[in-house]
Amino acid sequence: MTDINWNNSPDITEDLIKEHGLSDDEHKLMLKILGRTPTLTELGIFSVMWSEHCSYKSSKLHLKTLPTKAPWVIHGPGENAGVIDIGDGQAAIFKMESHNHPSYIEPYQGAATGVGGILRDVFTMGARPVANMNALRFGSTDHHKTRHLLSGVVEGIGGYGNCVGVPTVGGETNFHPSYDGNILVNAMTVGLADQDKIFLSAAAGVGNPVIYVGSKTGRDGIHGATMASAEFTEDSEEKRPTVQVGDPFTEKLLIEACLELMSTDMVVAIQDMGAAGLTSSSVEMASGGGVGFSLNLDMVPQREEGMTPYEMMLSESQERMLVVLKPDRVKEAEALFHKWDLDFAVIGEITADGNLTLTWQGNVVADIPTQPLADNSPEYDRPWVKTEAPAVIDAADMAAPNDLGETLLKMVGSANLSSRAWIWQQYDNQVMADTIQMPGGDAAVVRVHGTDKALAISTDCTPRYCYADPFEGGKQAVAETWRNITAVGANPMAITDCLNFGNPERPDIMGQFVGAIEGIREACTVLDYPVISGNVSLYNETNGTGIHPTPAIGGVGLMQDSSKMIKIAPKENGDVILLVGQSNGHIGCTQYLSIIEGREEGAPPPVDLELEKKNGDFVRKHILDGNISACHDISDGGLFVSLAEMAMASGKGMNIALNNGDIPAHAYGFGEDQARYVLSVSAADADVIISDAAETDVKIENIGVVGGEALDIEDLLTISVKELLDAHASWMPNYMSTES
Amino acid sequence: MKSAVVTFPASNCDRDMYVALEKITGQTPHKIWHQDSDIPNVDLIALPGGFSFGDYLRCGAMAARSPAIKAIAEHAKRGGYVIGVCNGFQVLTEMGLLPGALMRNASLKFVCKTVQLKVENSDSSFTNRYNTGQVVDIPVAHHDGNYFADDQTLAKLEDNGQVAFRYVDEKGEATPSSNPNGSQNNIAGIMNERGNILGMMPHPERFIENAQGGQDGRGFFESIINSLN
Repeated sequence: MTDINWNNSPDITEDLIKEHGLSDDEHKLMLKILGRTPTLTELGIFSVMWSEHCSYKSSKLHLKTLPTKAPWVIHGPGENAGVIDIGDGQAAIFKMESHNHPSYIEPYQGAATGVGGILRDVFTMGARPVANMNALRFGSTDHHKTRHLLSGVVEGIGGYGNCVGVPTVGGETNFHPSYDGNILVNAMTVGLADQDKIFLSAAAGVGNPVIYVGSKTGRDGIHGATMASAEFTEDSEEKRPTVQVGDPFTEKLLIEACLELMSTDMVVAIQDMGAAGLTSSSVEMASGGGVGFSLNLDMVPQREEGMTPYEMMLSESQERMLVVLKPDRVKEAEALFHKWDLDFAVIGEITADGNLTLTWQGNVVADIPTQPLADNSPEYDRPWVKTEAPAVIDAADMAAPNDLGETLLKMVGSANLSSRAWIWQQYDNQVMADTIQMPGGDAAVVRVHGTDKALAISTDCTPRYCYADPFEGGKQAVAETWRNITAVGANPMAITDCLNFGNPERPDIMGQFVGAIEGIREACTVLDYPVISGNVSLYNETNGTGIHPTPAIGGVGLMQDSSKMIKIAPKENGDVILLVGQSNGHIGCTQYLSIIEGREEGAPPPVDLELEKKNGDFVRKHILDGNISACHDISDGGLFVSLAEMAMASGKGMNIALNNGDIPAHAYGFGEDQARYVLSVSAADADVIISDAAETDVKIENIGVVGGEALDIEDLLTISVKELLDAHASWMPNYMSTES
Repeated sequence: MKSAVVTFPASNCDRDMYVALEKITGQTPHKIWHQDSDIPNVDLIALPGGFSFGDYLRCGAMAARSPAIKAIAEHAKRGGYVIGVCNGFQVLTEMGLLPGALMRNASLKFVCKTVQLKVENSDSSFTNRYNTGQVVDIPVAHHDGNYFADDQTLAKLEDNGQVAFRYVDEKGEATPSSNPNGSQNNIAGIMNERGNILGMMPHPERFIENAQGGQDGRGFFESIINSLN
């Protein structure tokens, strides 16, 4: 073993260990791995590597149960991002990640660096990022911070994504009081690469140089991973200095320089410095390749004077990468990075002993075996209790609204169902010139540049369902992305999950997590829709109050022929409106119940995955056969809201007549039964579709025609499309332009 | 038509411009790196959109001092065509090749949406394939597109017919609500007096095929090709 220089290390006291968040067992394990007392730098390294954020210690037992394989999955979880085969030797690479705590403390930088981090996870694998998405949850619209947080987060996402030139093509935004003290900012990036040009992080080749490229290291973000692994309290604002600051200009240069580097044969392995910065990147690269890293910290480009090894190893300064090069290629690579005005420094080499050995000012300051640090990290089977299933609510027990038209207007003009144009317009959603379905449809669609293919992307989760019943909610989140991707005509391929929950040390919260995982597992299995990457964010609570469980799902689908893609706007007057799926008037947990009745209760709509698959496959087949000119899935707000959204998208009215039997009209219209779609088709195609539905036992109804200036539902409501549009478009601009 | 697209650090619409020129001209454009002092002999040089040098200083100010700028200015002086879209327009004003400046949007927010533009006159090298008064759909995506010039400059631009495009509503009226960024006189794009340099905030290169939402941008590039014939 190398001799450690202890001169610069303080006494490692019990208090210091506690401050670093290590439990007694973790402390013992650390001592066993090292065979001695750690230096301060080593303690810092163990602390971040074994934080919840980096080690997944509370979640990995359950994550292992998720289906991650399919013939088209090239790399599942474990790499920087998941990789799927999209044919012709090409691959789509994607992942979603949370940046919740930083975004609450400093919304602009928190959200911006969230985008930067997820972009790096994708381009570090050799992919050019082609689309960004996000899933945002804010507190109540009455909460005094909501406007400030919403405006900062949106500006941060735009400020970063717009500058790097990757289109932000969609996402979702919800408001709920459970996020008052803990907003969620989940960012997803999708990239494209050639399958023979995919880069992994496992280092190899004793003696190969380890290169640091990108921005200089400063003191920003020290202990960011630890912050993301603890609850918030009232003094969380004091943690502001741990929030990193983004520099999208450098990120853009880094994307171009790294992709240029990866187009050569100089690279052995490459890894971005994300959470826990230089520590996690070097440990992952070394342990992944079964080799050691010997790093000279004096060579690390530094932005501030007098930085200690501890600070350098724990800094989360942004826009940095670690690269292992072939030995004789350093000069060539250096010239490439200098062309892009980026720092380039040889900071060490690969060793055979499997240790991470750090020297500083001529002394060894850390010497840790990486394999046990990475692989023997703690894994907990935390106690959990199953969430009790809520009672089913019967719409017949509820008073009907006096005026269904007024009710629909109130719904489409509500905080959670109104137009998000105020947000999208701050994102460049067209740069790269391949966006063929902009935000506002069921799924965003970007072409695979230079081909006929396209990728459809959707992020979804209905947290109020997950809170009521984590299992059904987990299923529904997966099923909704699958349905949204289907509704544009794409074939759903795989998902990434971003699992946002409260404190896992509380059995009820752990029960929500376990339930949601079970639901996701079941949905992914039945829909043949594996999980290929993801992220877990726990401890999302403030002063002991947890958020609604929010397993955000990002789904990606493939279209072979992008010209077959359809949108939600009906094309021609006289087109027939068809309703696919079974409408039971399920009112529990709906937007109607929340917005109109002010109640959040009842069981969420059950998800029949076999039915979901049958109906979805039916709809997709007819889209690809060219029989459907517009399609919209039915989700939040039910059938009436879907019809209103289609009318608003086209500017055309509809004349609808319902066959709701004994189901009360408000339950039929606003119920959120799953596995349903509204189609707009020509009269001739309607016959084809209806007869095929009869043969394949798919429930379908002809409910009306496109035409006129109003959404007219016989005997129930008539509202002009203009009125709908006014209510829908005005909520968010009005909200954001008023004082809190 | 022989063309070239300039890339500054953090240009991000350079590929889009390149693809549009390649599709419409049928010829492979040249690429100019901002540090190149020798540039190829071409008919058209395009300065693309993006955030050159992060736009951390005034938008376009750093790019306007790049090594390639001198040769681009000489190309313009010889009467060669130069277009600047979005960040490229900002660079052209910073180079002094076009008058005025592009300030922060009146809303103080980035704006990305499809807007209506009125073609002010179809006599120019950049608009001859449109009709005068025609209203076209072209997307905008910028944070700093609020065109400003002093009264005298503005009057001169208007009197000389140097305003190429104006933000209008569907009826072709230049109303405040059709102006996405607060530009004076709803100005979206201008030309120099000689008529060989044009800057505009909207992105014609993003609207060249229907799959992108429209193809009204084609006419812009076809006009330049036409004026070379």
